[in-house]
Amino acid sequence: MAAVKLATVWLGGCSGCHMSFLDMDEWLIELASRADLVYSPIADVKEFPPGVDICLVEGAVANEDNRHLARVLRERSRVVIAFGDCAVTGNVTALRNPLGVALEVLQLAYLRPHEEHARIPDDRTVVPVLLDRVMPLHAVVPVDYYLPGCPPPAERIRQLLSDLLDGRRPEQTADRISFG
Amino acid sequence: MRRVIIDPVTRIEGHAKISIFVDEAGQVVDARFHVTEFRGFEAFCRGRPFPEMPGLTARVCGICPVSHLLCSAKAGDGILGVRPPPTAVVLRRLMNLAQLIQSHALSFFHLSSPDFLLGFDSDPASRNLFGMIRANPELARAGIRLRQFGQRIIEHLGGRKVHPSWAVPGGVRSGLTPEAAADIREQLPEAQATTLIGIDLIKSYMDRHPEDIAVFGQFPSLYLGLVRPEDHGWEHHDGVLRIVDSSGAVIADDINPVDYSRHIGEAVEADSYLKSPFYKPLGYPAGMYRVGPLARLNICTGIGTEAADRELREFRQRAGGIANSAFLYHYARLIEILAAIEFIPRHLDDPQLTADRLRAEAGVNQLDAVGCSEAPRGTLFHDYSVDPHGLITRVNLIIATGQNNLAMNRTIAQIARHYIREVRTSVAIPEGFLNRVEHGIRCYDPCLSCSTHALGQMPLVVRFLGPDGEVIAEVRR
Repeated sequence: MAAVKLATVWLGGCSGCHMSFLDMDEWLIELASRADLVYSPIADVKEFPPGVDICLVEGAVANEDNRHLARVLRERSRVVIAFGDCAVTGNVTALRNPLGVALEVLQLAYLRPHEEHARIPDDRTVVPVLLDRVMPLHAVVPVDYYLPGCPPPAERIRQLLSDLLDGRRPEQTADRISFG
Repeated sequence: MRRVIIDPVTRIEGHAKISIFVDEAGQVVDARFHVTEFRGFEAFCRGRPFPEMPGLTARVCGICPVSHLLCSAKAGDGILGVRPPPTAVVLRRLMNLAQLIQSHALSFFHLSSPDFLLGFDSDPASRNLFGMIRANPELARAGIRLRQFGQRIIEHLGGRKVHPSWAVPGGVRSGLTPEAAADIREQLPEAQATTLIGIDLIKSYMDRHPEDIAVFGQFPSLYLGLVRPEDHGWEHHDGVLRIVDSSGAVIADDINPVDYSRHIGEAVEADSYLKSPFYKPLGYPAGMYRVGPLARLNICTGIGTEAADRELREFRQRAGGIANSAFLYHYARLIEILAAIEFIPRHLDDPQLTADRLRAEAGVNQLDAVGCSEAPRGTLFHDYSVDPHGLITRVNLIIATGQNNLAMNRTIAQIARHYIREVRTSVAIPEGFLNRVEHGIRCYDPCLSCSTHALGQMPLVVRFLGPDGEVIAEVRR
């Protein structure tokens, strides 16, 4: 059987979900025998490749780069998983939403009342435009499975990946769908 | 002027790009590191009750949640106006050492070692942890288990591996069971053996590749970090700040971390969401300083444990005194793991470890407080103000990674100039060269989800750069 093409993506979040992924520890060695990691922040491929079987997406959609990548990964992946509470609900990444639109938030962060010459980072060649509202993944592209938790415990990630690798339909029992 | 952009920078803990600027003759003129993530913690934490801050700010970063947890709890101690009970102090120190082990193991084994073991020029498709598992499964397994050891101590103490809401203003929520202590003790020998394998690996790599030490961020800078107050030895959680220069001369000493803002300023540039702190007396950008493992080993008089001190002596001998090359961060990181593994049994033997009192109780007694601790990547500050009801009115976070921002820019420019001699449109730059530029960033092990919510509370310098990168104007406040 050909190795499954696995991708992991990190949008607007803290990488805690990726750390929990690494907390699968020695099961990663078994995973490496069944799957190729074709795109990930811990790998060096710069373009999201076509023909991905399973894609774990950590983080909320917070800027234009995130939104673009979300659309690309959806188009090129068979199964897309909202990986962790930020991808599922927006969570901590979305806590900036009540403060106002992007410009207002950036003003709060980079400009203070008496600094007329202070600046907001705006070199658009490299610095992505913030979206006015941080969104969960499913607000931008359709999602196949939800894997909640802040972060999802390693065992929960392992169960879902095992189910998908073995061709089982993942169960959404209570112990697998808690937040926080 | 042409611009080559590496997007995204990979095998680092965060979202970033690199620009390499090339002139008409094809020569590399400069390189810039851009952090492209923004989350705004300092803005949205306002109005929240301060006891919520440790659990909330842990979510700044999934790699070093413990650093924020502990630093925030220390700021909370200040607001309460209390000293945590001795048992809580021992337990917090234990968790910080565990965090140091897991984070440093991640940086070395999971993220950077593919460059040493598979090669900077090896196939990018397999130059990662999964490629390591296939090429050298035993070493990969050892590295995975070393990180697991650190994470397991964190879980024993805080109930979970990532984002434990365990430290609180005044102390900690729960103690360590004798079974957990025994479990930790049992795993120490394997952890030490793996660390020594890593140390041999980096030393033999450096013996074979001295040019990497000369090219990867070799330049003078200041170094800042915590030291033990009594003997200025290596410290990771309490203590006083010390700053040394590139020759090892102490230029500031015994600074109470509460007074950090008298010594550190922050600057902003247009092309990065990451701010650039600098040492105020020397101004911006001359006040460039570095933090983290390299700095901590440069500023301390010694570590205080046998094996780590032995290795520190060799570190200094190899560096010729003060280590001014960023490549030595890798070696320094492994020495710190060794130190942590040697300090852990001392804490487990501490008679205070099992006392009942874990938390000092009080109301709001101070409206301003600063917490400071050493995160794996360097010195971390949480600076809060609250109203009389304990609601946050002001937050300033000085993040370890930001403090290395100026040095990271200089490092990638040095590497780019060395490897990329001439850029012509007809010839592609070899991928391995660009990977080396990225590795310049990996040396610092930056944590960018951490570093991108600065809210300028401090003197600010803004530089306006022209189309060719020249400084048109500089504004200070």
